[in-house]
Amino acid sequence: MRTVLVSDPSERLLSLEGVRKSYATGEGPVQVLAGVDMNLAPGESLALTGESGSGKSTLLHLAAGLDSADEGRIVVAGHDISQAGDTERARLRRGTVGLVFQQFNLIPSLDVAANLAFQARLAGRHDPEWQAELADALGLTACLHRYPEQLSGGQQQRVAIGRTLAARPRLVLADEPTGNLDEATGDAVMALFLRLVSQTGAGLLMVTHSTRLAGRLHGRLQLSAGRVA
Amino acid sequence: MRVALAALLSHWRRSPLQLAMLLLGLALATALWSGVQAINAEARASYAEAAATLGQDRLARITAQGPIPQETYVDLRRAGWRVSPVIEGRVRIDERRSLRLIGIEPLTLPAPAQQVEFGEGDALLPFLTAPGLIFAAPETLARMEGADLPPLREAQGIPPGTGLIDIGQAQRLLRMEGLVSHLLLDPDAPRPGELPEGLRLVPPDSESDVARLTDSFHLNLTAFGLLSFAVGLFIVHSAIGLAFEQRRPMFRTLRALGVTARTLTGLLLAELVLFALLAGVAGLALGYLVAALLLPDVAATLRGLYGAEVPGTLAFRPGWAAAGLGIALLGTLVSASQSLWRVAHLPLLAPAQPRAWAVASERALLRQAAAAAGLLILAGALLLWGRGVVAAFVLLAALLLGAALLLPVLLAGVLRLAQRAARGPIAQWFWADTRQQLPGLSLALMALLLALAANIGVGTMVSSFRLTFTGWLDQRLAFELYLSAPDQVTADRIADWLEPRAEAVLPIVRAETEVLGQPAQLYGMADHATYRENWPLLAEEPGVWDRLAGGDWALVNEQLARRERLAPGDPIRLPGWEGRIAAIYSDYGNPSAQVILGIDRFFALHPEAERRRYGIRVAPARAEALAEELRAAFDLPDETLIDQASLKGFSLQVFERTFAVTAALNVLTLGVAGLAMFASLMVLSGMRLPQLAPVWAMGLTKARLARLEMLRTLLLASGTLVAALPLGLALAWVLLAVVNVQAFGWRLPMHVFPLDWLTLGALALGAAALAAAVPVRRLARLRPADLLRVFANER
Amino acid sequence: MNARHHAARGRFALAAALAGLFLIPGAPPTAAQGFAGLGATAEGFAVPERGAGLAFPRDHGPHPDYRIEWWYLTSVLTGEDGRDYGIQWTLFRSALAPREGAGWDSPQLWLGHAALTTPDRHFAAERYGRGGIGQAGVVAEPFEAWIDDWRMTGTAPPGADPLSALELSAAGEGFGYALRLAAQGPLVPQGEQGYSVKSAAGQASWYYSQPFYEVEGQLEIEGETIAVTGQAWLDREWSSQPLAADQTGWDWFSLMFDDGARLMGFRLRDGGAGYTSATWIEPDGRPTPMPPGALRVTPLRVAEVAGREIPVDWRLELPARDLDVTVEAMNDAAWMGTSVPYWEGPITISGSHSGRGYLEMTGY
Repeated sequence: MRTVLVSDPSERLLSLEGVRKSYATGEGPVQVLAGVDMNLAPGESLALTGESGSGKSTLLHLAAGLDSADEGRIVVAGHDISQAGDTERARLRRGTVGLVFQQFNLIPSLDVAANLAFQARLAGRHDPEWQAELADALGLTACLHRYPEQLSGGQQQRVAIGRTLAARPRLVLADEPTGNLDEATGDAVMALFLRLVSQTGAGLLMVTHSTRLAGRLHGRLQLSAGRVA
Repeated sequence: MRVALAALLSHWRRSPLQLAMLLLGLALATALWSGVQAINAEARASYAEAAATLGQDRLARITAQGPIPQETYVDLRRAGWRVSPVIEGRVRIDERRSLRLIGIEPLTLPAPAQQVEFGEGDALLPFLTAPGLIFAAPETLARMEGADLPPLREAQGIPPGTGLIDIGQAQRLLRMEGLVSHLLLDPDAPRPGELPEGLRLVPPDSESDVARLTDSFHLNLTAFGLLSFAVGLFIVHSAIGLAFEQRRPMFRTLRALGVTARTLTGLLLAELVLFALLAGVAGLALGYLVAALLLPDVAATLRGLYGAEVPGTLAFRPGWAAAGLGIALLGTLVSASQSLWRVAHLPLLAPAQPRAWAVASERALLRQAAAAAGLLILAGALLLWGRGVVAAFVLLAALLLGAALLLPVLLAGVLRLAQRAARGPIAQWFWADTRQQLPGLSLALMALLLALAANIGVGTMVSSFRLTFTGWLDQRLAFELYLSAPDQVTADRIADWLEPRAEAVLPIVRAETEVLGQPAQLYGMADHATYRENWPLLAEEPGVWDRLAGGDWALVNEQLARRERLAPGDPIRLPGWEGRIAAIYSDYGNPSAQVILGIDRFFALHPEAERRRYGIRVAPARAEALAEELRAAFDLPDETLIDQASLKGFSLQVFERTFAVTAALNVLTLGVAGLAMFASLMVLSGMRLPQLAPVWAMGLTKARLARLEMLRTLLLASGTLVAALPLGLALAWVLLAVVNVQAFGWRLPMHVFPLDWLTLGALALGAAALAAAVPVRRLARLRPADLLRVFANER
Repeated sequence: MNARHHAARGRFALAAALAGLFLIPGAPPTAAQGFAGLGATAEGFAVPERGAGLAFPRDHGPHPDYRIEWWYLTSVLTGEDGRDYGIQWTLFRSALAPREGAGWDSPQLWLGHAALTTPDRHFAAERYGRGGIGQAGVVAEPFEAWIDDWRMTGTAPPGADPLSALELSAAGEGFGYALRLAAQGPLVPQGEQGYSVKSAAGQASWYYSQPFYEVEGQLEIEGETIAVTGQAWLDREWSSQPLAADQTGWDWFSLMFDDGARLMGFRLRDGGAGYTSATWIEPDGRPTPMPPGALRVTPLRVAEVAGREIPVDWRLELPARDLDVTVEAMNDAAWMGTSVPYWEGPITISGSHSGRGYLEMTGY
């Protein structure tokens, strides 16, 4: 099923056309994405679903400018990053994109507060009040001065989400952000994401297995065998 | 068990670099240590051989004050004494070469002293008859190529630099006709009564004076070897620690699968022993090479400083090899003991998540600081109350180790301050991250600190010494020409001839004496402005020169004064003379004790002393011409007349060669420290990805990250360099004011050479940059996929 | 360890080297070489010339232009204890070059052997010395021969032959002696006026003897002093190439008969019958040189001494003088274990004549 909610190309925050990507492995190249087309408009939220290995994470990484596609076009906030260099991609990641990883990927040498602030400060959008509010909402206020390795998995997940939200990116890419959270916390986190989308007009592309969570988003994109089903 | 071992070893297959570093570190540590040991062993062996020359380690000798007249020898023989004459001396071949000659009388030589095969009479004949025959070791033969000497013949068992020759030929070459140095006593023959007046029986001596004199030199080398070994072990320790930490989940899995803690520890131990042996063998080969390369310089040093002959080529000694492997094994086990202990006590159910290895907890830092303080206090105590060369070296060790332990504590403090002061997010992250890197790098940084401090310290010591020595030479070598006449008659004739032609002709006379129970050299000094104006005095009574000329006062050299705690005004007693010390003078030529008396008093005590050597004062511009005239007038060989510049040049040359080895070891140690740095950075770079990937994902380019990584390394190296400077100066001070005093008996003023520090600083930063270059380049060239794996893989 | 090894090798090597220089037979004969050095040609050295004759006291002193020379004294003695003794005092000279030089430059080397034999003991000692420096040497008049503290000193009054009265002393480990010798007869030239032929090919030496000494003095054996009296025989010989190349050793006899006559005889051994020579000396000193082969010597008993087969008892026949005697070693073990070993010891004579004497055997 292909769902297109925004048809105006100028309104597209993220657009993929015919994107292909394969990885070299010991047994030869494995094709992960076999021609993906999709669009995401500002203020829109999409759930990205699919079986394990269907290419969800890869799609997210390509959209974030972490890696480049073998073929096809990727446009983020009006910038075609298909041919962009390292510097341009880095600028995109820093200023435009917010990533929540499947793994928490906090910066181990910084405490929670510094981790929360890090991306916002990089992007030049650090807002202490907003950060405090986020910390409160994510239940992190008590552990602001702890270091990542002193946190539980759920806490680390929340710090990672908080870090992304704190930077108020225009495009949020989240990979199973609530996977390590209990249902109540997961719901709270979802609420935060959706609040960001609605308040700032950010776009949200979220990988999730939960149909319940997917249902709270504007739409759903199913990946199967490297294509949008 | 084999499966378990295979699993354990598979780690190294996946981390060949770690393995390489472990082996390299161990091999280098073994190499430098055993290299120094090989040099020491070679030197000691040749001292022993020299002591055994002519069986002197087993034969009693008859000596006198100075040479013994040949008639005395004949008289003793005819009185039934079974003695054999020996004459010893050195012939100068040319500017660079000289040969120590031992003249023997083969017919009367006691059996234990016979060490040359004369063959069926065909060597004895040419040996005994002019021009004679010199037996020498093969390498001596090679060194004497082209020398104007009697024919040389190869013989084994003769110390290097020594020629064995018939006594008659030796007397001729040494210009000691009618004299012998000492007599060897046949151990099997009865002694017919008492020795005549003036002769003394010296019992056999298994240890030569040279061996005693050079002890401190070898201790010096050993200390350097130990330092290099320690620096090398830093590499080993960090490589082993890292490998163990990275295999922690595997250990736990193996334990969970039923491998006992003892078996696991045993397997790891076996693995380490295997590595130690492998690296030990490589290290031995390398050490042998190092020693072979350094030995010629060491030999030159020992020859120049102590007159000790050591061959320039290295023999292979199985005992040395065994000791080298032993030290490699020991070093490995010491380096691994902590890790092994942890494995043996690994709790089975602790979380499998790898703890950042060697987390720099506050407590660990505190413990380290406490240990450092303890060591530094020990160093201070030794400085105040220590006595002897060994104490001096323990002081050095405590100082260096204490400072090394303190380094991570200090760096952590500085980084904490920097982080606090940092404003931007990247700066903050940079400092925080650097702090986190510190535990992993601290061993390499400590190694670097030691190497740098040693470099600064030894460099300062050598340069200070050189400066002092040059100045001292300028004072001490005040005569324009130095004459050493072939015999007394010629000497007298030359002195008469010179009288109207030179400004002053002053005899340089010496005799052997004894002071405070130790052998010493006694010199007679004429009362002359040359000495009054130039002689380098360190402490003096007023009117020192008049007192000296008066005969009741003496000068003593610094070595003697320090050893016996003598000061101007103190009484002093020589055989046949009693008086007081008028002054103490500096004397960097040799480590032995010296006393100077006024020349009249000297001759009253030693009427037999020869006046064959003279110092000649003449207008410097006239010196060369006068030397020419003198040579022509008396048909003097070149070596009898030496001008000031040549003598200075020769002395400085000896000096430079003395410290050539030190410099070489210094560079090697620095090299090892650089490698330690490289090793640490390389193994750390593997762990860096998870730390760098999120920052990269959040918008820093790989190039920027690489630049930051390089900057981090350079900053740490700079911090270490800054710390090394005071430590190096402290080291230099200890070397100059403590070690030198204990080892040689002189104390030198310290001079600092900031330009050298700049060079060293540039060198150190260059080395650090080079060490960081490979991992940084690897980071800059990472494919995104490698970084992305961090986000996907369960680590 | 190294040095010790070298020392051991050195001792052997030096002994061998010196053996090559001294005319002391005893090294195992090698077919072509004769005794070390003995068969060597006399290149540069003086060679005895028939008819040149001897002159005294000049010829008591050294002849540095000849390669080898010796002052060889043997004495048979009887102690106050009634026991028989024999002593030997020998000074060898060997020249590396046919000249004398000052100081160490002298190419003259000296070797002393001293021995004392009792019926059951044998003591021997050896000394080496360099010429030129005064450690060893010989002066013709007033006569003195010495090496270290061993001396043979002439005590004859002026005008008398310097060898006619001597004091002799030597000491070694466990023994020593101090003897006074007085010649009771004249010097006796051997061969033709001292020209002593040593082989059929004509090798020869200068050779004279003083076989008429009466001796008194003291022996010292391991701290015990024994007064002795007896007779002694001095041989003086010098040459440059005394043996033919194929001669391997000799058996030399000095016989002092009770009736005052003396017999000097030797056999030089070669691959074949050997070469014998003898001089009969009347009690008044008149010598009669016997033609080669006139003396017949036959070994009677062989003893094993120092691992070698040594003929210690002999039958000597000199038909021209109706002499047919058996000589027996006083002590079979009179072995000189010096750097070049040989047998030298007192003998007793029985048969047609009786008396005592000395036997020297080399090259066994």
